[in-house]
Amino acid sequence: MRHIISVLLENESGALSRVSGLFSARGYNIESLTVAPTNDATLSRMTIVTTGDDRKIDQIEKHLNKLVDVAALQDITIGSHLEREVVLVKLLAQGQEKADLEKIVDAFNASLITVSGSQFIVEMSGSSEKVDELLKSLNRLTVFELARSGVTGLSSDETVLTAQS
Amino acid sequence: MQLSGAEIVVKSLEEEGVEFVFGYPGGAALHIYDAFHRQDQVKHILVRHEQGATHAADGYARSTGKPGVVLVTSGPGITNAITGIATAYMDSIPMVVLSGQVMKPLIGYDAFQEIDAVGISRPCVKHNFLIQSVEEIAATIKKAFHIATTGRPGPVLVDIPKDITAEVTEFLYPKSVEMRSYPPAPKAHPSEIVTAVEAMLNAKRPVIYTGGGVVLAHAQKELSSFVKKLGFPCTNTLMGLGAYPHDDPLFIGMLGMHGTYEANLAMHDSDLIIALGARFDDRITGTLDGFAPHAKVIHVDIDPSVIDKNIKADIAIVADVKEVLEAFNQEIDRRIKDINPSLVSDWWGQIQEWRSVNSYGYDEDSKIIKPQYVVQKLHEVTGGEAYVTSDVGQHQMFAAQFYGFSDTHKWINSGGLGTMGFGLPAAMGVKIAHPDADVACITGEGSIQMCIQELATCQQYKLPVKIISLNNRYLGMVRQWQEFSYEKRYSNSYMDSLPDFVALAEAYGHVGMQIDKPGDVEGALKEAFAMKDRLVFMDFITDQKENVYPMIESGKGHHEMRLRPAK
Repeated sequence: MRHIISVLLENESGALSRVSGLFSARGYNIESLTVAPTNDATLSRMTIVTTGDDRKIDQIEKHLNKLVDVAALQDITIGSHLEREVVLVKLLAQGQEKADLEKIVDAFNASLITVSGSQFIVEMSGSSEKVDELLKSLNRLTVFELARSGVTGLSSDETVLTAQS
Repeated sequence: MQLSGAEIVVKSLEEEGVEFVFGYPGGAALHIYDAFHRQDQVKHILVRHEQGATHAADGYARSTGKPGVVLVTSGPGITNAITGIATAYMDSIPMVVLSGQVMKPLIGYDAFQEIDAVGISRPCVKHNFLIQSVEEIAATIKKAFHIATTGRPGPVLVDIPKDITAEVTEFLYPKSVEMRSYPPAPKAHPSEIVTAVEAMLNAKRPVIYTGGGVVLAHAQKELSSFVKKLGFPCTNTLMGLGAYPHDDPLFIGMLGMHGTYEANLAMHDSDLIIALGARFDDRITGTLDGFAPHAKVIHVDIDPSVIDKNIKADIAIVADVKEVLEAFNQEIDRRIKDINPSLVSDWWGQIQEWRSVNSYGYDEDSKIIKPQYVVQKLHEVTGGEAYVTSDVGQHQMFAAQFYGFSDTHKWINSGGLGTMGFGLPAAMGVKIAHPDADVACITGEGSIQMCIQELATCQQYKLPVKIISLNNRYLGMVRQWQEFSYEKRYSNSYMDSLPDFVALAEAYGHVGMQIDKPGDVEGALKEAFAMKDRLVFMDFITDQKENVYPMIESGKGHHEMRLRPAK
């Protein structure tokens, strides 16, 4: 099962390596990991996408909680939630391909950035699933480069993840 | 009060009530060493290798319950200390390690003796810090001691760049610690206690299984009344020995790979396992397939991550085991009328039958010294009152099986990491903490050579520990596994070119003895322990082929123990 774990982390140097080190040391899978500051300057929010059965996820959460730099965490996949990923795709589109590309961009509500006469960057944000679908639609074209941000997310009910104090 | 960073380090230790620091100087730690020189509150013990410093601090911590403190320099200072830090980590021992670091502007430039201490120690510390400014030192040391000693204890490293130890600031030691991301220890819920005790009162084949957590929590007294109130069989893990008296009829011996037949069979056939401060380690459970198939599990531990890690708990209580035992005892008192001893009488009958197998039995009439015999005699000569440290291997198992402990904090061994070289420096730490007590280090000719340089430290500080070396000219446990699982291909398990240990001990200024006849064992031990102010190295020439029995071999379960073959 895929889980998205949202972690509030003390904004200390080395905090990220404690989390990534934990996952590699214990053989836990990381599908993606993002981290950035929050509205509270002392905290970062990390979003980890991982897979495992209930027992493994339970262990992951317990071990994350044991890290001194972890202030709070929540498996947002347990309830209603939003997940978003940004994708940037640099590709080649010539002649008729360009019209096809514009259709795809419209259909996915993405945006198109022109690099040159024949090169473009498609930008979109959405769930990982939607990003996958976009990429599938684009695979008829010549893709030069692709950058995905990894997933970030929030629970979409009224609960608020805050640092315990 | 304006102090330098180095002085703040030493003052902070003083504020924490630290009496001894085990360490070794070097460039990045020189300001701190200079500050040590200018005071006499905190004593510094100069070891001969940084691994020795960590094990000595560890032995001090295990035998007192107080945190052990280590001071090393950057680079090789901290890398040498890693083995000892990892040893403490695996056994949840409170320890604070201070390491010098190269000057802040040089960090990241591959400076002389630079290593990323925080990075290299991260997997084997409870937490670590790299000090960024002189103002942080006092508060960080306060936090380090708080983290090391609370919850599930463990080692904490504080890495301090050299230039920061020269800077000056106002010294104010914080009175308390507030860390929102390090919550206080969890408490048991009353309903969990009621449910657990209800399960106990209905059990027909219960086992109380206790680990190092009971030792760390100082819960020996509470455990004793708990076991006696219920009249249930009690087994201790290797790390938990001493928590329940070895000679009490309710004690069924050590559990696990080389535990007693009765303890392992009892686990396997149990209908209720009451796990207290223990973590269902692989050396305890054997193979997890078919583990205690009929047992309900009550699991009490202060660390939530050990619950459901290896074995699923039916009733989990995350709290301090001492508080839980107190609560259990109160609840049992409340329900005293519901205790029905006849419910477990058949169970005890079965256990007695297993016990009669006498799974630790060995050839007591041997003409060659049996290692078990030496340990038994050591128990007699010391009245079972000694602090016993050990290294790792067969001798460790013989010590655990045969010394017979009745108190916690007296059996000091590296259970989790299994670190050879632990015994002698750990014994130094114990002796420093308990100068009037008998301290024995049970070791082998393989292990002792891994930290033998500490014989010099013992001379310098007059630490008259007794080294009981069970010398079988083999890495005995390796040899045993090779005998059982590799068709007796004894690859690199023979210890050739051994030094003359008697001469070696004497070269360090100690007393050396070699004993090669069973009839001389007791007399030699008495003679050695009578020399109160001398370290005695006792080189016992023991049976080369002796094996540790019984044994749960790799991949086997509790009920598949290998017993000593009949003669």
